[in-house]
Amino acid sequence: MRLLKTGRWITAVGLVLLAGVYVRALAFTPVERTQGMAQKIFYLHLPAAIWAEGAMILVGVASIFFLFLKDPRLDRFAEASAEVGLVFCTLVLTTGPIWGKPIWGTWWTWDARLTLTLLLFLMYVGYLLLRGAVTDPGLKARYAAVLGICGMCLVPFVHLSVVMFRTLHPQPIVIKPSAPSLPGEMLETLAFSFLVFTVLWVGFVIQRYGLSLVREQAEPHA
Amino acid sequence: MLRHAWLLARKDLLVEFRSRTAILSAVVFTVLVLMVFNFGRDPTAVAAVDLAPSILWVTFTFAAMLALNRAFQLELENQALDGLLLAPVSRSSIYLGKLIANLVFVATVEAVGLPLFALFFNVRLLHVLGPLVAVLALATVGFVAVGTLFSAMTARTRFAELLLPVLLLPFMIPPLIWAVLATAALLAGRPLSEATGWLRLLAAFDIVFVTLAFALFPATVDE
Amino acid sequence: MLLAEGLRHAFGAVRALDDISFTLHAGQTLAVFGPNGAGKTTLLKVLAGLIQPRAGRAQIEGGRGAVGWIGHQPQLYGHLTVRENLRFWGSLYDLPKAEQSRRETELLARLDLNGHAERPVRALSRGLVQRVAIARALIHDPRVLLLDEPFTGLDRTAAEEFRRLLAEQTADGGGRVTVLVTHNVEEGTELATDVAFMRAGRFVELAPRAGRGAAAIAEAYRRAVTGG
Repeated sequence: MRLLKTGRWITAVGLVLLAGVYVRALAFTPVERTQGMAQKIFYLHLPAAIWAEGAMILVGVASIFFLFLKDPRLDRFAEASAEVGLVFCTLVLTTGPIWGKPIWGTWWTWDARLTLTLLLFLMYVGYLLLRGAVTDPGLKARYAAVLGICGMCLVPFVHLSVVMFRTLHPQPIVIKPSAPSLPGEMLETLAFSFLVFTVLWVGFVIQRYGLSLVREQAEPHA
Repeated sequence: MLRHAWLLARKDLLVEFRSRTAILSAVVFTVLVLMVFNFGRDPTAVAAVDLAPSILWVTFTFAAMLALNRAFQLELENQALDGLLLAPVSRSSIYLGKLIANLVFVATVEAVGLPLFALFFNVRLLHVLGPLVAVLALATVGFVAVGTLFSAMTARTRFAELLLPVLLLPFMIPPLIWAVLATAALLAGRPLSEATGWLRLLAAFDIVFVTLAFALFPATVDE
Repeated sequence: MLLAEGLRHAFGAVRALDDISFTLHAGQTLAVFGPNGAGKTTLLKVLAGLIQPRAGRAQIEGGRGAVGWIGHQPQLYGHLTVRENLRFWGSLYDLPKAEQSRRETELLARLDLNGHAERPVRALSRGLVQRVAIARALIHDPRVLLLDEPFTGLDRTAAEEFRRLLAEQTADGGGRVTVLVTHNVEEGTELATDVAFMRAGRFVELAPRAGRGAAAIAEAYRRAVTGG
C-alpha cells in the first residue's frame, strides 16, 4: 500500500510539472517558423516516444536478470514497465497523427518512426496478452521473461528495417553528430519535458508495481 | 546433441507423414491464398510483378503459422513433452529437433507454393531461382526459429492458435520487409549486388535470433 | 538407490515440499499417500530432476537416464504404432541396437502386446494404452520407477490388471526402486514395501508397511492426515 501511495504522489508531481512544461512551451518558447503552433505537441511526443522505447529495453533487461535470479520483484517490475510502455506508446500514436494532419496533411503514414512505435505498441499488447493467457504464476513469469528479452532484441532490427523505407519524419534534431539544430529555448523546454516524463514514468511504474503486489497478496494463488 | 535432435525431428516428420492433416491444410491454404490474391487485385491497374513479392511473402508467412502452431501441440497431446524432458536429452536437442522439423515442413509448403505462384501470376523465376531460394531460406530460418520458441510457450496457453500470430507477427516484420525488398529487386531483374545488402541483414537477424532461441528455450520448459 | 535429503520447495508463497528426507534401496517400493495439493507430484518431479528444489538434494544412482516415469498421461504419440513409440523412446536413451530390439521383444511379450505392436496407439483401448505406457517407461530398464497417480482414469478391472503388471515389474528386474504417489489409499497399497503420508509438503508419517493391508493403511492415513 505504501508503494501505491508513493507512486501516486510521484505521478501527481509529474502531472503538475507537465502542466509546467506546457506553460513554458506555450508562453516562453518561441513558435517554430514553418510549423506554427502544431509544433508544440512535439514536447509531449518526443519524450513519450523515447520512454516508450526505453521501457522495452528495461523490460528486456529486467527479464534477463529474472531468468538468472528468479526474483519475483524483477518480474513485477518488467510487467509494470510494459504497462507503462503501452500507455506511452498510445500517447505517441495519438499525438503523432494530431501533429501529422496539419503538417503532413495526413493522419497516418507508414513512416519509419510511426511504424516502429506501432510495432512497439503491438509487442507490449502481445506481452500483456501472454501474461493474461497463462494461469500458473511461475510459468507466466518465465514465459513473459522470454518474450521480453526477444522484444528487446527486436528493437534494433525494427530500427534497421523501417528506416529503409523512405521517411517523412523530421530527421533527428537533438542527437546527431553536429550540434543540435534546435534553438536553445526549445531545447531547454524539451529537456525539461524529458525529465518530467521520466518522473511520470517512475510514478506510473511504482503504482503498477504496488498494485500487482497488492493483488498478489490479496489472492494467494492455489 | 545432433543425433538426438535428428531423432526428434524424424519422429515429428513421421507423425506428420502419418496424419498428413497439417501439411495438406497448409498446402491447400497456400493455394487458396494465392487464388484470393489473384482475384483481390486489379490486373489492369497493378502489374503482377509489382505486387508479386508481397503476395509471395504474405502467403508463406501465414502458411508457416499453421506449421508452427502444430509443433508443440503434438508433444502436449499425451504429455509426451514431460517424457522428453525426463530423458537424458539436452534442451538444445529438443529445440533443434523441433526447429528442423518445422523448417522441413515450411520448406515443403514453400516448394509447392513457389511454382504455383510463378504459374498463377505469370512471373518468370527460373533465371533468379538460386538467389531467390537463398532469400527464402534466410528469411524462413529467422522467423521459424522465433516461431518455434514462441510456440513452445503458446501451446500451453488458452487460445494458442490466436496468441502465436499476435506474438510472432511483430518479429516477422523485419525479415519480411527485407525479404520483400530483396525479392522485388530479383524479380525486377536488377543486379544481384542490390539484393546482397538485404541478404546480409537477414543473415544477421538469423544469427541473433537462433542464438537467442537456443539460449531461452530451456526457460520455457524447465521449472 | 534413491536418496532425498532435506528437500524444500515452494511455489510463490505456497509451500510444496517441507524438509523431506528418505533413502530407498533396490527392491523397495515407497507409496506416498496424500490429498490433492499435498506436494506429491512436486516430490516426484524433484526426484526426477525436473524441478530444482529450493533446498536439499535428490540423488539417483545412474542419473536421469536411470529414471522411468508413468503418469496418468501415457506420454505416447497417437499417430505412431506401439513398436515405433517404443523404438523412439528407447533411442533417446542411447541403447545399443541389439539391446533395444531385445528389450522391445521382451516387453511386448511380457505385457501381452504382441498382437498390437503394429497398431497406432490412438486406435488402442485405454487399458492397452496404459500397458504400452508401462512398456515405454521400462524400455531402458530404469533402476528407478516413478509413478504419478497411474490409476487415474482406469476402470476397476483395468486398474486391477495394471496393478498386477506393476507388481511384476516392481518385484523383479534385479530390484528396482519405485516411488508411487496417489491420493487414493485403496490403490497401490499392495505394491508398497514402505508407506508415507503426506500433508502440506511434509511427511507426517514414514514407515515400513509391515504386512498391513489396505484397510489398516487407510485407517492409519485417516488418523495421520485427516486428523479424525
